[in-house]
Amino acid sequence: MKIIVCAKQVPDTTEVKIDKVKNTLIRDSAPSIMNYEDENALEEALRIKEQFPDSYITVISMGPPQAKDMLEECIAQGADEAILISDRELVGSDTWATSNVLAAGIRKLSGFDLILTGRQAIDGDTAQVGPQLAEKLGIPQVTYVKEVTVNDNEIIAKRTLENGYETLKLKTPCLLTVTRELNQPRYMTIKGIYNVKNQEIKVWNIKDINVDLTEVGLDASPTKVVESFVPTSKGKGTVIEADSAKEKVAILLEKLKEKHI
Amino acid sequence: MNFSPTKEQLMVRKMIKQFAHNEMKPIAQLTDEEARYPQETIDKLGKLGVMGMPMPKEYGGAESDYVAYAGAIEELSKVCSSTGLIVQTHVALCCWPILTFGTQEQKRKYLPDLVAGRKLGAFALTEANAGTDAAGLQTKAVDMGDHWVLNGTKAFLSAAGIADVYIVMAMTDKSKGTKGISAFIIEKGTPGFNRGKKEDKMGIRGSLMAEQIIKDCIIPKENLLGEVGKGFKVAMASLDVGRLGVACQALGIAQGAFDETVKYMKSRKQFGKSLDKFQALAFEMADMKTRLDCTRLLILNAADRRDKGLPCTTETAEAKLYASETAVYVTNKAVQFHGGYGYTKDYPVERMMRDAKITEIYEGTSEVMRMVISGDIFR
Repeated sequence: MKIIVCAKQVPDTTEVKIDKVKNTLIRDSAPSIMNYEDENALEEALRIKEQFPDSYITVISMGPPQAKDMLEECIAQGADEAILISDRELVGSDTWATSNVLAAGIRKLSGFDLILTGRQAIDGDTAQVGPQLAEKLGIPQVTYVKEVTVNDNEIIAKRTLENGYETLKLKTPCLLTVTRELNQPRYMTIKGIYNVKNQEIKVWNIKDINVDLTEVGLDASPTKVVESFVPTSKGKGTVIEADSAKEKVAILLEKLKEKHI
Repeated sequence: MNFSPTKEQLMVRKMIKQFAHNEMKPIAQLTDEEARYPQETIDKLGKLGVMGMPMPKEYGGAESDYVAYAGAIEELSKVCSSTGLIVQTHVALCCWPILTFGTQEQKRKYLPDLVAGRKLGAFALTEANAGTDAAGLQTKAVDMGDHWVLNGTKAFLSAAGIADVYIVMAMTDKSKGTKGISAFIIEKGTPGFNRGKKEDKMGIRGSLMAEQIIKDCIIPKENLLGEVGKGFKVAMASLDVGRLGVACQALGIAQGAFDETVKYMKSRKQFGKSLDKFQALAFEMADMKTRLDCTRLLILNAADRRDKGLPCTTETAEAKLYASETAVYVTNKAVQFHGGYGYTKDYPVERMMRDAKITEIYEGTSEVMRMVISGDIFR
């Protein structure tokens, strides 16, 4: 099975600081990491490879040159090949432009059976690139996948819903966007780390992929960021202190009555 | 010497850091309290290739450099120094001597399982009346023609009874002093080879330490490691690798305690301000940080020389001496800066202070390190 994993390098938003004047992320304040759900996508690919050992895993990413570090870690975890699409012309691409680039990169590869990618990236939370990519490649997709079963050319995916899940059956080739529930990503291995030097990370620019320049980059992106801001806190919660649960409930009811709730 | 880490060295550190945080931190306190051997952690480290990382590929290793290995032991020991010790003893004092002094058959027989972490290694030199003074070894090996018979009792043996493969030093000719010592490989389960009294230790309580009793133990001829009478050389060369590991373990303990203290000082308020705002304390932290970095450079020097195949006995002794004394110094201050809380088991610095002390003692005491270093000065 030929598996493609789409991954993004993102700032670790749990550590990121925000410029209080400009209201933008201070990129240098946080280390760059692989987007969490993309790690789950890679992990699932590695598990499928354990089940079908002749599988081949290609990780593909669009990003700045330093995203190579993330791809090297993918190799150290067990991916067979990694490709970085990096070009100054791509800076500022929104989800539509990004999916154009990824689709062009994937078309250059010699076919695939399954594309796995994270549901969304923690820096943008759009959850759009995966679905757009499937549309542009003309393949079926299932989003928010929390469980995957692979039988020959058939994929069974459990898709998370607000109040449960639905089970869908797909023919390959297809695309799944996955959630963190899906699995527990593995660590790099020492052997994997020392294998990285034998695996060149391919770096493609826009000339290497067949993409129209009018469809990528900031100018071609239909989404314009008008403003970024830190949401204001909605006020603090109150802890009701009293000796017994009964008293606490009484105070709570009193307060709710005051607010006419 | 390259002061900038390679890509591999950075990745190894990152991976071990993640592993230690997720898998070891939650059980580190319990490991100490219950003096429980962290078998599940060792199994996981085996699968990740850590248990034999510098060993050659043909035996399943990654052929990692020793600078990367040093980083791994430091990161493990930051969180749980018992685990750091278990890994380093296994690699330095069992895998390494078999690789270096073993025959092709011995390497093929023992290394694949040891390197994969399926089997654990141990090293038995010390006895009740001999350790630093190796010529005083009482354990005897007698050549019976087609086999050896060993008798004696080993003391303070890490992983006694748990380990599967033991490198055991015994006298084959008492009259020759250290030149009468030979090294043997003894497998767990060999009749007459049994664990004795377990030690109740002050620190590194997750690493089991006990007596090992060797009584009329029949050892096949092919289990002699290296030549007859060359056991002291096997032991000393292995201890050079082991001392690098202890230095890294000590650095890990010290850095772990330091990091805990930085965190605590920022949150603990007295006289209306957090502790880091008190210059007297902040200056002491500056001294500690400087000593930590000195230690790291000494370790880098020793490991880099080992990677390049240069002599490194003195450099390793310097690293071990300075690292262990730094660990005792830093953990003592860490407890002090935590005040009363530091003396309780609610904070890890209490455990770290107890763990630090052993690094000044085992695999050559600080006094022995000074003997090695001064011996080199006045050669």
